[in-house]
Amino acid sequence: MATKTTPQDIETTVMEALAKFGADPDVLTREATLEEVDVDSLDLVELTQVVEDEYDIDLENADFKKVKTVGDVIDLVVERVG
Amino acid sequence: MTLRDVVITGVGAVTPLGVGARALHERWTAGACGIRDGEAPCADFTVTDHLTIKEARRADRSTQLAITAGDEALAEAGWTDELPYDSELIGCVLGTGIGGIETLESNHDSLRDTGPGAVSALAVPLMMSNAGSAALSLRHGLRGPVFSVVSACAAGSHAIGTALRMIQHGEAEAMVTGGAEAPLTPLSRAAFGKMNALSESGVSRPFDARRDGFVMGEGAGVLVLENGDSARARGARILGTLRGYGSTGDAHHITAPHKEGRGGARAMTIAIGDAGLTPADVDYINAHGTSTQLNDRAETLALKLALGDRAGQIPVSSTKSAIGHLLGAAGAVEAVATILALRDRIAPPTIGWEEPDEGLDLDYVPGTAQPLAMSNGRPPVALSNSFGFGGHNATLCLQAV
Repeated sequence: MATKTTPQDIETTVMEALAKFGADPDVLTREATLEEVDVDSLDLVELTQVVEDEYDIDLENADFKKVKTVGDVIDLVVERVG
Repeated sequence: MTLRDVVITGVGAVTPLGVGARALHERWTAGACGIRDGEAPCADFTVTDHLTIKEARRADRSTQLAITAGDEALAEAGWTDELPYDSELIGCVLGTGIGGIETLESNHDSLRDTGPGAVSALAVPLMMSNAGSAALSLRHGLRGPVFSVVSACAAGSHAIGTALRMIQHGEAEAMVTGGAEAPLTPLSRAAFGKMNALSESGVSRPFDARRDGFVMGEGAGVLVLENGDSARARGARILGTLRGYGSTGDAHHITAPHKEGRGGARAMTIAIGDAGLTPADVDYINAHGTSTQLNDRAETLALKLALGDRAGQIPVSSTKSAIGHLLGAAGAVEAVATILALRDRIAPPTIGWEEPDEGLDLDYVPGTAQPLAMSNGRPPVALSNSFGFGGHNATLCLQAV
């Protein structure tokens, strides 16, 4: 990538993807749990596709085991992008 | 064993004549046609009017149509706030000819153009042929028998007949049933085109001498069926009765119907007998009437074989003159149209029928709707025919109340 990816870029990418999947924008915050924004395992597989394409990283299903909130998802991607 | 009677308490449809069963019935009866540029899309259907973004993303177009028709049917049955029976005693059987072909094609494009990584995680749940029944089960909490049936253009009627049996035999108190299809895609157009099944003129004129193939359309039809005693006990408004069902195989040819319509005739004879009736009791035929040379001739012969002299005495019309051929949804949408026609004691027209063909000499209800002549004092009875590639024949026998 020509310019360095910032955590803010990643947050924007994840939030936009979840909104596109149909998460309610009014409850879509870092603190919201995946359950509260109606994000299920299929959404996470789709999100994985989005961030893998965008940031050239690899994520496995197992990586999402400890993920509870939207912020956890963002932090996971940020950590992998490094 | 005495079989239970099965009543229809709600209907829903999304068709090229609009969103809603009433749009289908009223516009067809008035002679309106939903075909444009040789195809019959559901042009009035905007998915976000009916489904949330998430629901829409989780459904192929065929399933989106099924969900919308299902919502209408359940609302009419008065099921919106609460299911009237134990959810384990309510099932869903839907029919489809192809399943989620739009999803299949778009994901194949991604595979070919970008690679396996670009194929959607939602591809399988969207394209599977059972997606429609699964979606309605999930949406409404239906926990009885839930599955889809696949028999090309007979699937909608097979689904309804299967649902009828489940209630008759006590496997379910009520069933949500019907069919959905969204086949207006490049592959499907090319494939049906190659086999010379599609009309080159782009006109659907069943039983007319100039007919030159079917016009492909999309849509969905859903009916709520209930055990008659239970429906009456809960004070449901009853639209009509599903009296009988007959299903046969031609074992003749993979696409062509039997030349004398023997398989189709047997399906009708079985359906009439299943209803405890005779040909003299039949007042109207909702024909399969595809506007292909082969079907319309074979079906006319089948009607004569099954009904004898009665075939020439009653109106025979084809919904496909107004909405084209909805493949696996056709039988379901036509069952909806038939029960509403019976309720209003009217035979909607075969739109565009002008030129008689040799040997095709039944009353095809040309141009304008006719009032149904009642043979005796009881509510009118109709047959609705569906025949599919593979030699599948299914006939439903319906009666008004």
